[in-house]
Amino acid sequence: MLSYLIRRIILVLPVAFGVSIICFLLVQIAPGDPLTAIMPVDATAEEQAAMRAAYGLDKPLPVQYGIWIANLAQGDMGKSIATGRPVAAEVFGAVKNSLLLAVSAAVIAFPIGVFLGFLAGYFRDTWVDRAVTAASITGVSLPNYWLGIVLVIIFSVNLGWLPSMGAGPGGSQDWKWNWVHMRHLVLPAVTLSVVPIGIVARTVRALAGDILTQDFVQALYAKGMTRLDVLYHVARNAAATALSVMGLQLGYLLGGSILIETVFNWPGSGFLLSNAIFQRDLPLLQGTILVLALLFVAMNLIVDVVQAAIDPRIQRT
Amino acid sequence: MALAEPDMANGPEPSPMEKPQGYWAGVGERLLQDKLTMFCMAVVLLLILSAIFAPWLGLADPYKGSMIARLKPIGTPGYILGSDEQGRDMLSRLIYGGRLTLFIGLVPVVLAFFFGSFLGILAGYVGGRTNTIIMRTIDVFFAFPSVLLAIAISGALGAGIVNSLVSLTIVFIPPITRVAEAVTSGVRSLDYIDAARATGASNWTVIRMHVIGNVLSPIFVYATSLTSVCMILAAGLSFLGIGVRPPEPEWGLMLNTLRSAIYINPWLSALPGMMIFITSLCLNLLSDGLRSAMNVRD
Repeated sequence: MLSYLIRRIILVLPVAFGVSIICFLLVQIAPGDPLTAIMPVDATAEEQAAMRAAYGLDKPLPVQYGIWIANLAQGDMGKSIATGRPVAAEVFGAVKNSLLLAVSAAVIAFPIGVFLGFLAGYFRDTWVDRAVTAASITGVSLPNYWLGIVLVIIFSVNLGWLPSMGAGPGGSQDWKWNWVHMRHLVLPAVTLSVVPIGIVARTVRALAGDILTQDFVQALYAKGMTRLDVLYHVARNAAATALSVMGLQLGYLLGGSILIETVFNWPGSGFLLSNAIFQRDLPLLQGTILVLALLFVAMNLIVDVVQAAIDPRIQRT
Repeated sequence: MALAEPDMANGPEPSPMEKPQGYWAGVGERLLQDKLTMFCMAVVLLLILSAIFAPWLGLADPYKGSMIARLKPIGTPGYILGSDEQGRDMLSRLIYGGRLTLFIGLVPVVLAFFFGSFLGILAGYVGGRTNTIIMRTIDVFFAFPSVLLAIAISGALGAGIVNSLVSLTIVFIPPITRVAEAVTSGVRSLDYIDAARATGASNWTVIRMHVIGNVLSPIFVYATSLTSVCMILAAGLSFLGIGVRPPEPEWGLMLNTLRSAIYINPWLSALPGMMIFITSLCLNLLSDGLRSAMNVRD
């Protein structure tokens, strides 16, 4: 297990390196000068050059990359051009809120998805199967930013049951575990959970269907095992793959909540990202994307390791 | 199609009256029997055709607003589907909106299909160091959830139709490459490839005659399954304000600008999203139908 773990971590390093290069290049492909936002309109050529030197923009690209990485290693992701505050602080505050949203959506989505998928796989080719399959393809096809708007129309505008904006009363950004705050979490979390419900249900359906037709299931029944005990064996066989799909989905939720955060004005990383885009705040854009991508890589690593821990067959490949 | 030829050596002798059925004829026949898939195909075709021929449908001008006719509810005489926040006819804008949404939603998958197939077949067929370089580069892109990557590139490049096409194409090349590489490596190890090479056929001939025909179907089916995601993402970029620019009619952008109206005329403001949903559902069902008709297993 330990050697597998080490091998897996070594494999992650080049990916993390590649991620850092892409994030670095993002700023380079952006049209226009990254300093136009703060450069005074009447700056002379010398002043402009001085400003470029102060930000290290006069050096060749590989050197700039090296400096960027060295600072990164010390937790310094530069300063936001719009607010002047350190990018790291802004990003981590926002990522905390995004995590809260992603985990809440996962808590809603995974049990429902597993349950529906298992029902469909168990009652294959019956009306249950068809209903679940239809529901999951609908879920996967929904543009979730639109679903969010529809839910706001129903539950905020028409019924007035739930708030439609922000993470707390009066636009408060400090999350607290009380009902006043949690009411704000309901709609975005439910909206975000629909796509993973569809994907998890679809995966578990295929898994359960395949495993139930295998010989060992017949053998277990033949030796007189109860239905419930057989189901335990089926679940154990499905667990590794199902968990890996769910882990990936959690990662997607974290990176994919950007549109939903915009719909609900949720103060998370997506919200930060869209602010960064509109204010042409490239260091903030770069930092947010880097952190989200590295979180996603870490998530994949955890999923692989957990999967190998559950299913010893994986370690040998 | 190498797979399509009937097995003349072992199969039953085709009767002289009927010609042996080819692979594509079989696919077509299965598709015709699949009513749901045919229905979805009809819906998608209708959307595409009405988008293309929008100027000849006798619709109101999608750009012409009216200060006194803003946010008319659905069913208002003269405005069958109501009017938007600037008094522009919704029906017209929804049909015209299909032009950009479908264009930006479908073209990146087509482009990514070509680039991805090329890279994947190259990596899978040549193997060795070429494979390592291509596939490890592709792996890096998998470190980004697709939504994040699309928004990152579009956000850096700025709004605009071409920028959206570029960023979405980049997003979909890696998954298609990965599938193409997997299928090609599978085919590469089969005996008939060795046989073809033993006859002295050049690599190019082997790829053209024996590889492409056998790998293109699974890659194609996989690519069709991405069209719905691509459309949702394309409209999503416009919804965020980093895709199509106003005042162009585009479903994602319309959904965004109409958000301010959800307290005044809620269902009207949900209409553009309804179009995205219907299209994406049909594209998904169409892809599923194609997958079973073409006998592709994943």
